[in-house]
Amino acid sequence: MQDSPKGTGPLGKREAKLAWGMLAPTIISASLVVILPLLAIFWISFKPITLGDLRVPTPEVYERIKGKIENAGDEALYDLRLTNSSREEPITGVTLQDTLPEGMIILELPPECTLNGRDLFCEFGDWEAGYRERLRIPFSGTQAFVDADPNPRESVAILEGQANSVLFDSTFTLKNFVKIFDGREFWSVIGVTLFYAVFGTIGALVVGLFAALLLNKSFKGQGLLRGLYLFPYVTPVIAVAFTWVTLFDPFSGSANALLIQMGVLAEPINFFGQKPQALIMVTVFEIWRYFPMSFLFILARMQSIDSSMYEAADMDGASPFQKFWYLSVPQLAGILSVLFLLRFIWTFNKFDDIFLLTGGSAGTRTLTVDVYEQAFAVSNIGAGAAVAVVIFAMLLVFSYFFFKYGSQEEGL
Amino acid sequence: MKLLRIGYVTAAILGLLWSAVVAICMAITLALLTGAAVTPGLLAAMPAGALVGVLLVWGKLNIPAKTYVLAALFALLLVALRLGQPFGISLGESSLAQSLALIGIAFATVGPLKAMLRGLPFGALNRHEFEGAVIKFLTGFGYVFFTVIVAIPFFVMVMTSFKSQQALLVNPLDYSLDLSKGWGLFRSYVELFRDFNFGSYLLTSFFVSVMTVLLTLLFSVPGAYAVARLRFKGQAAMSRSILLIYMVPMIVLALPIYIAFSSVGLRNSIFGILLIYPVTTIPVALYMLQGYFRGLPAEIEEAGLMDGLSRLQVIWKITLPLSLPAIASVSLYVFMIGWNEFLLAFMLLDDPSKFTLTRGVAMLNSSEIPRQHLMAGSVIATIPIMLIFLGLEKFMTKGLTAGSVKG
Repeated sequence: MQDSPKGTGPLGKREAKLAWGMLAPTIISASLVVILPLLAIFWISFKPITLGDLRVPTPEVYERIKGKIENAGDEALYDLRLTNSSREEPITGVTLQDTLPEGMIILELPPECTLNGRDLFCEFGDWEAGYRERLRIPFSGTQAFVDADPNPRESVAILEGQANSVLFDSTFTLKNFVKIFDGREFWSVIGVTLFYAVFGTIGALVVGLFAALLLNKSFKGQGLLRGLYLFPYVTPVIAVAFTWVTLFDPFSGSANALLIQMGVLAEPINFFGQKPQALIMVTVFEIWRYFPMSFLFILARMQSIDSSMYEAADMDGASPFQKFWYLSVPQLAGILSVLFLLRFIWTFNKFDDIFLLTGGSAGTRTLTVDVYEQAFAVSNIGAGAAVAVVIFAMLLVFSYFFFKYGSQEEGL
Repeated sequence: MKLLRIGYVTAAILGLLWSAVVAICMAITLALLTGAAVTPGLLAAMPAGALVGVLLVWGKLNIPAKTYVLAALFALLLVALRLGQPFGISLGESSLAQSLALIGIAFATVGPLKAMLRGLPFGALNRHEFEGAVIKFLTGFGYVFFTVIVAIPFFVMVMTSFKSQQALLVNPLDYSLDLSKGWGLFRSYVELFRDFNFGSYLLTSFFVSVMTVLLTLLFSVPGAYAVARLRFKGQAAMSRSILLIYMVPMIVLALPIYIAFSSVGLRNSIFGILLIYPVTTIPVALYMLQGYFRGLPAEIEEAGLMDGLSRLQVIWKITLPLSLPAIASVSLYVFMIGWNEFLLAFMLLDDPSKFTLTRGVAMLNSSEIPRQHLMAGSVIATIPIMLIFLGLEKFMTKGLTAGSVKG
């Protein structure tokens, strides 16, 4: 391991080569699945593209035999229905390749086509948008054809043609950004996102700190309780989200029934369906689901605090609250700030929870839900990508803070 | 503040608050287990609690079996103050449950209260005594609070899966089990496995999660070793960028991946899912593992190198066996991510024959499918991860804290 300090000797070079070799699979896969999609998002955000445009226009054919051949020598029609799948985009240079069933004798070959043995080849030229055409080829069957009674679709016809896809052509637009920044809705989306991220993060930290204080002593059953308190975090989000929806349902939910019975409420509240309760509820859900994570980290840090400090404080007559405030809190400040930054970013990025709880309705649409809504509910992929670009820009700012203030603490 | 620091005042306030906590919990428990229209009756419980608190610090009250006497007094007071209906319903209704609850509420109030107020003088308190009592109260409250907020949703999830839609609409609070139905209670589960293909979803999820773990380890172990041990230009930048990948939201990536998969025809294939899942977990795994590798003593590896092993042999024969605990933690954690993953499965899988479990549960969220099926599906998705977690809690906890971990 003793390299030259600069690491430029032959040993050092070999080591660096090995290191890059070992990292290569990770780097390549990460570029394919992370960097490439990120670049794609920027590209798409400048494209006037909707969900429908994703289907590249393709030439299609449906083959069948019209008429029945019962005896050798009977005549029938080989019927090809040709269509352009797109109603907006033309296809150029369409060709068809197929193998005819055995015993099919073509009586009259269409001018576009040539026949070589049983191989049929046709050149159709250009198809305009929404092109529909029928090609009927009369034929007669031999005894072999009658015996086999073939289905013409058994040999699949290969159609080829060039089509423009909006995804790859050179039309660019700023409309997506104009559209998302224009609506007043966008600023409310930003406001909701910030509310959710700030209060979700602070709440999870405070509740996590409380839980960590509770479990920061050894007693029988401590492990069991710790395991129990981690349940919300390890359970699939889909299971707990639907449970919350069931629990807080306005008609058949236990929470409403309980609150009414105890005289807290006069009539049921639609917790996940009305403003502003829905936003508060999804934030509470976020706190509930993620306090275990903060709690684990804070507990791990607490258990590494030197106990002699507390003994010294006891000698000096510090009261329990004084010890907490003047000893524990400063010791935990580092991990708390790191957790705040991490959790803030992840809460900001969170999609599943709100999507499952409210689907972004009733004033709970955050930026990430907005990406989905724009791209799939409104079918405007370009606008969805534009929102994603906004998210990415905001994240860059957050990560700058993260690395500036987070890196010295706790070795992150 | 000065006024608060008098023994009997503190005792009365803590008694009042604690009895309120216990009364609410007991009322919720009773309501959920019997379905009766129970009310907590705070107006009766709180004064009774305050009185018991004062009596507990009253030095002159020196009687044998103090806890039992005071519990009996508390129960009597509760019955008297609520005119013979300690839970707001006539004692004739679910009498057994009510009497048990009455005994429970009395002891759950007096017992912990006694512990909270132990050693507290009747008169003026110093700061230590006062804060000690408050902290003990907060501790007790904390245990109750966390247990309730964690347990109730899971209780509701499990119990709803045993009920019928009508029963829930008639009385949403009634979670009592109709044991006379016998195996009929498990109807939702039987239907999910028989009609909704959940057996195959379970297998798919298991396969996907295990493959994700294997692929992640295959990529991240060498990568983590390189970042932790080998010296090369860009080492620091590498470990930074790994962290940066954490911070890219999945939905931002999911959109282009959806487009790409749609045009290549990889949607609706488990192969496509397996192309993506490991990449989302590799950075986490790499980060956790490199932290562990750094902690291993380099001397052992150097000894191996001196003895003529190549670098890769050193990793295989020395480093890996030494880091088995860390690899177990990482595997568990990655398994959990793979098992719980929802967004990509939701966007990329449409064909019910290829669903993972989370995608299958999402399918159940429709107005045509009864609620108890949805809850039964949730239970099926939860139980395996819960069992793994409870069995290997130590590894898991370590794994979760080892690297900072995404969630």
